[in-house]
Amino acid sequence: MIVWLDRRIWAFVQKRRGPNVVGPFGLFQTLADALKYIFKEIIIPASSNKIIFILAPIVTMTLALIAWAVIPFSENYVLADINVGILYIFAISSLGVYGIIMGGWASNSKYPFLGSIRSAAQMVSYEVSIGVIIINVLLCVGSLNLSDIVLAQEKIWFVIPLFPMFVIFFISSLAETNRPPFDLPEAEAELVAGYQTEYSGMMYAMFWLGEYANILLMCALGSILFLGGWLAPMDTPFFEMVPPPAWLILKILFLFVLFALIKAIVPRYRYDQLMRLGWKVFLPFSLIWVVLTSGYLLYFDLLPVY
Amino acid sequence: MLAHAIFFYFFSFVAIISAIMVTVSKNTVHSVFFLILDFISISCLFIMIGAEFLGMIMLIVYVGAVAVLFLFVVMMLNVAQQKNQWFKSSDTSTHIPIGLIVSLIIFFELIIVIGGWKYKPDIIENFSDSLISSSTNTHTIGSVLYTEYIHLFQISGMILLVAMIGAIVLTFRKREGVKRQNYFSQISREKNQGVELVEVKSNEGVKIDV
Repeated sequence: MIVWLDRRIWAFVQKRRGPNVVGPFGLFQTLADALKYIFKEIIIPASSNKIIFILAPIVTMTLALIAWAVIPFSENYVLADINVGILYIFAISSLGVYGIIMGGWASNSKYPFLGSIRSAAQMVSYEVSIGVIIINVLLCVGSLNLSDIVLAQEKIWFVIPLFPMFVIFFISSLAETNRPPFDLPEAEAELVAGYQTEYSGMMYAMFWLGEYANILLMCALGSILFLGGWLAPMDTPFFEMVPPPAWLILKILFLFVLFALIKAIVPRYRYDQLMRLGWKVFLPFSLIWVVLTSGYLLYFDLLPVY
Repeated sequence: MLAHAIFFYFFSFVAIISAIMVTVSKNTVHSVFFLILDFISISCLFIMIGAEFLGMIMLIVYVGAVAVLFLFVVMMLNVAQQKNQWFKSSDTSTHIPIGLIVSLIIFFELIIVIGGWKYKPDIIENFSDSLISSSTNTHTIGSVLYTEYIHLFQISGMILLVAMIGAIVLTFRKREGVKRQNYFSQISREKNQGVELVEVKSNEGVKIDV
């Protein structure tokens, strides 16, 4: 579904049709693709490190899925309501690098290796700026629990007071999930397909699914941190008729549409520009914003003290 | 309680076995992967005793950042072949005694620490006084770290800063003849600096390379 939406939006921006043959509006295209991948042969290169080669897509997929355990869909409607939910998500997304590094190294081939080295550097750098942005939000909440973070936004969504942080978070999550314009690990023109070059069949499909699950996770995180999670935009009766999980899903879809649009309209970054953006622009800016936020909260005595 | 014990033994076994495998395995990249497994299982143990904040921070800092850089360096240097040479060649066996001395020192330090618990049992009780409270783990750590241990905390931050600056100073060198992009001069370039309008006379042309 999501892949279909992604490809459709991409096509619409470029005045193409996109997948529209299989099923109504081409909705079953993804299913057909998945079937194709399942029935394809898995080719393991002879010179590869076989155990790690097979482990890599499994790691990517698993990590992308287990992080969903702490996402709250409405009040008390969450699989694991742990106190350090945001840290858990942060830890899992920082583990996501390993799938890519393992895949790139175990392939024992130049393009995958270069791709994985690039992506390791990129993901580690942008993790830092995401961490600092999360600190901004946590300063306003006073708790690491994701449900508390959403409940703290009942008066006003954090996207309004922390709008610059929202923009930086969005761009960093593009880089974190290796989406265009930061998809250098798999830049077709330079690296064939990056770390996925040697993969085929089901293992390639697992990388692919893990990537999309990660993108959706980042969208969910963005909507929880900044767009008020399951909360409705206003307290009107009409909005309250919509169940809370639907609001969260709507917000995730909104962010995903933005992701897809950006994929279609922005050209790819050069690698040194990417690193400069991460370390010299985003990191100092979000650090200054931490100082500003904490100073503001301290001055007006708004710090949430438990 | 049984499930708790099973999980505890599972994670401890994984931790110990992977710690052994770090030193034993021939391939350096494999040892780094085992090291990561070790970190993960230890952070699971942290979470099991209720220190969830510590476990998560361990996961983020060690696994998410430090081990990635480890892996990065090991892959780039390609030490896999070198390591085998080290242990096979007879003339370069000097690091084994040094390694033994260092590991003995660490072993004795651990014994001293654990012996401290044995002979002064009230140390642990003093600590656990502040731990048993209604507030969350994170809150407790923060309230202790920023009040009682603020000086140690600041000093460790300063040490890290000095180490960081030292590493940068050691590796930083200005190379000659490297073309760099100057964003400011690129953006502030005017039209008349880049483009010139020339009246071209027929049959004469213009000289471009002046």
